Parts: sequence; C-alpha cells; structure tokens
Amino acid sequence: MDWIDFLIVVLRVVVVFALLLLVTIINVWAERKVVADFQNRIGPERAGPFGMLQTVADGLKLFFKESIIPARSEVGMFLLAPFLAVIPAFLIFLNIPFGRPITIGDRVIPLQGMDVDVGLLIVLAMSSMAVYAVVIAGWSSGSKYPLLGGVRATAQAISYEAAMGLAMVAVVLFSATQAADAPGGTLSLAELVERQSGTWAGIIPRWNLIPQIVAFVIFFIAAIAETNRAPFDLVEAEQELVGGYFTEYSGMRFAMFFLAEYINIFSMSALTATLFLGGWNGPTWDGVLPVWLSALLPFVWFMIKTYVLVFIFFWIRATLPRLRYDQLMALGWKRLIPGALGWLMLTAVVLGYRRFGLPWS
Amino acid sequence: MALVDYLPFVVMLVLAAGFVAVSLVASRFARPSNPTPEKLAPYECGITSEVEPTQRFPVKFYLVAMLFVIFDVEIVFLFAWASIFNELAWYGIAAAGIFTLFVLETLVYVWKRGALDWNVKTRSRYAREHFRIEEAA
Repeated sequence: MDWIDFLIVVLRVVVVFALLLLVTIINVWAERKVVADFQNRIGPERAGPFGMLQTVADGLKLFFKESIIPARSEVGMFLLAPFLAVIPAFLIFLNIPFGRPITIGDRVIPLQGMDVDVGLLIVLAMSSMAVYAVVIAGWSSGSKYPLLGGVRATAQAISYEAAMGLAMVAVVLFSATQAADAPGGTLSLAELVERQSGTWAGIIPRWNLIPQIVAFVIFFIAAIAETNRAPFDLVEAEQELVGGYFTEYSGMRFAMFFLAEYINIFSMSALTATLFLGGWNGPTWDGVLPVWLSALLPFVWFMIKTYVLVFIFFWIRATLPRLRYDQLMALGWKRLIPGALGWLMLTAVVLGYRRFGLPWS
Repeated sequence: MALVDYLPFVVMLVLAAGFVAVSLVASRFARPSNPTPEKLAPYECGITSEVEPTQRFPVKFYLVAMLFVIFDVEIVFLFAWASIFNELAWYGIAAAGIFTLFVLETLVYVWKRGALDWNVKTRSRYAREHFRIEEAA
C-alpha cells in the first residue's frame, strides 16, 4: 500500500461524505415539497429556485442560534450524544456500493466507501450503535419528555432490529445459492450486488425482490421503524412528547440530530435497494455509449432505485396516521418476528430442496 | 481480507467526528450565549415544572431488551450458517431449524405469559391479581 492507494481511500471516503451531505440538503427540501403536495400546499419556495436552498438557509439559521445546555442535564453525556448520532449514520452508508467499480490505468477503484467481507454485519452493528445516541440524549437531558422519548426509541429500535436482521439472513441465504462459480454465502455488499446482475428468462432482472418479496416487506417496515419515521415516529410524537429525545437540544446540536435522521433515511433506502433491488445493476450499453457514460450509468440506476424508496418513505409519512405504542410493539414482536422466522425456514427448505434434492435421496 | 481494508472505517470515523466537532465549535463563536434560569429549566410548555423528571426506566423496557438479546444472538448464529449454507446442506438446515424451533418456543412462551403485551393492565397475570384484590376488598 503506497501513498496513492491511501489517497484513493481518503478520496472515496470524502466522496461518500460529500454525497451524504448533498443528499441530505436535497432530501429535507424534497420531503417538505412532497408532503406539501400531498396536503395541497406549496411548501418552501423562497430560498433559491423552487425553494431548493431552504435546507441551507435553515442550517445557517441554526448555526447562529443559541445552543442551550439545560441546568439539570448530565453535561458530558449531553455533549456526547450528537457525535454518537452522526458518526454511525455516516458509517452505515460507507459500506454501500453506489456504482460499478471503475478502472483507471491498472487500478480498480470500487465505488464504495469500504468493501469488506463482513459488510452486512457492520451495517447491522452501526444501526445498533445509533440507539445509544437516542438513549443518551434522552436520559442526559434531565427532562421528562426526552426521557420518555429515549426509552420509547430504545424499545422500538431493538424490537424492529431483530425483524430486520432476520430478513437480512433470508437474503444472504438466497444469494448463497445464486452464484454458480463462487460457492458459499457472502456478507459482502459488493458481492451481494454482483449476484443480482443478469436476468431470468431474458427479461426479468435477477433482483432479490422477486423471490424474497416477503423479506422485502418485513425489511422495509423494519427500516421505517428503525429510522423513527411516521407511522412509527412515536419517539418524537409531537402531540405527546414535544420533540422526543431532542426536546432540550437547540442550535447546532439539534441540527446534528436532524442531519443524522435524514442520512439514516437515505442509507436505509440505499441498503434496501442494494439488498433487494439489485443495487447499481442495470443496462449500461458498454461499447455503444461513450466510456464515461457507461461508467456513470450504474450510479444513476442506484440513485433512481434509492430515490423511489425515499419517495415511498415520504409517501407513507404523508398517508398513514401514527400507531399507538402497544400496537407498535405488537406488530414488531407478534407479527414481523414470527413472520420473518417462518419465512427464513421456508426459504431454507425450498433452497435446500432445489440445490441438494430430498434429504433422504 | 487484510486489516488495511478497514482503513476507510477509521478515516470516516475521524472525518465525521471532526465535522461535528468543527461545526459545533465554529457555531460557538458565531452564536449568542446568554443563559437565564428560565431558559435552562427543563422544558414544560412554558409553565414551571412541578413534577421532578424520574431518572429510572420502566421495567417493561428492560424485558424487551432481554428478549432482544436472545434474538440478536440467534441472528448472529444464523448469519454464520447462511454464509456456509452450501457446505452444510441438509445437516445445516436441520440444525438451524431445530435451533429456530427452540427460539420460537421461547417466543410463544413469553407471548402466552403476556410479556409482549405492552399495556400492563391487559396482561392476564396482572389482571388476575388485580381481580383478586378487588374481590378481597
């Protein structure tokens, strides 16, 4: 590893970092615009063309606002929580491949922050880490609304994480039997995308979505719950808990929680697209189009798939009312987890039969 | 896979932490800071807070956390099985199936015990005790 390799690593990380900040600016604006359209309003329109710079304006405003540390708070923990919210958010997306590896000279550069063989486990671990920020923020504020919000968030996040993990196992299991030449399963996200390339019968793309539709539904519901979005936004239910776990945060510290939430929405959509919608796979017309366009197209496909899912996030938020807390827990523990376990075993038996024949033959 | 493959993780960790630190510190020099006792009081919709915020977590959240540990451990085992699915063939499916059955049995048990019912009053055990107290009185 010489200094050029090191430079490429740093460059990849910086690209991921810049991409996430950029999509956050767009997503906050897009959500407000989309929800406004659903509700027959206009939405932000003053700052920049179509109000697109609204997020920047809001960020600047928060930058110059006083950031209060409440008298009753645990100061150390209170200051630590924004860091714990933002860092895992960036680290989740670091694992997701957002384009086909490009070749410059004799170097193959994967368009992915980090390509390791335990990528999926790191994603799962980092989404668990995000719970700490919420719990610490809620507890250290020394106020009852944040405490209730933090406690709710913990129970919710860990409940749905179990269902999410089980849905992921089903996908890993399925893709383990998909590679003819490279045997065995993989937890590398780049490899999982690679195995979804090509088509069935010439027209149907080999996405995991079709054979793993049940896992997709469970995973997507769990993803919405993990990011604390409506209809699972009991963590920050305004009518009950003011602002939830970040009630006592203001100014730039509040902006950090806001940033983390929108990065998580994008990351979860990108992860869903990677696991179920074939990631960056799509027609690239190599040899017909110019080289740079063929290299760019996978990124475009990835962004289109991700933004369809992000739009569904907004759509669900604009459509569905909030669940009651006991309904939320019942959905997680009594429906999604048994459902995911059952689907996993069904997948295993069907795949086993197709690959190894009957067990007694 | 070499340890150097995890370098982006460290770079991103430093970058993200640095980003938060720099924006918070920069904001510190740009923003006003004149705290007053009212401003520093816990939020209570504009009135003086009467109830001290409790600093304890309700037990039922603890119960959910305990259950989660069981399932998370199971998921980690299942990931290991899924990545060598082809080598283990039917032996692996049978082993994972038996393991899953045990975990499902745990779930059915706590379900029937009422541990998954969020509202304590509807838990059958509590309801029965509550009923008995009412009868005695």
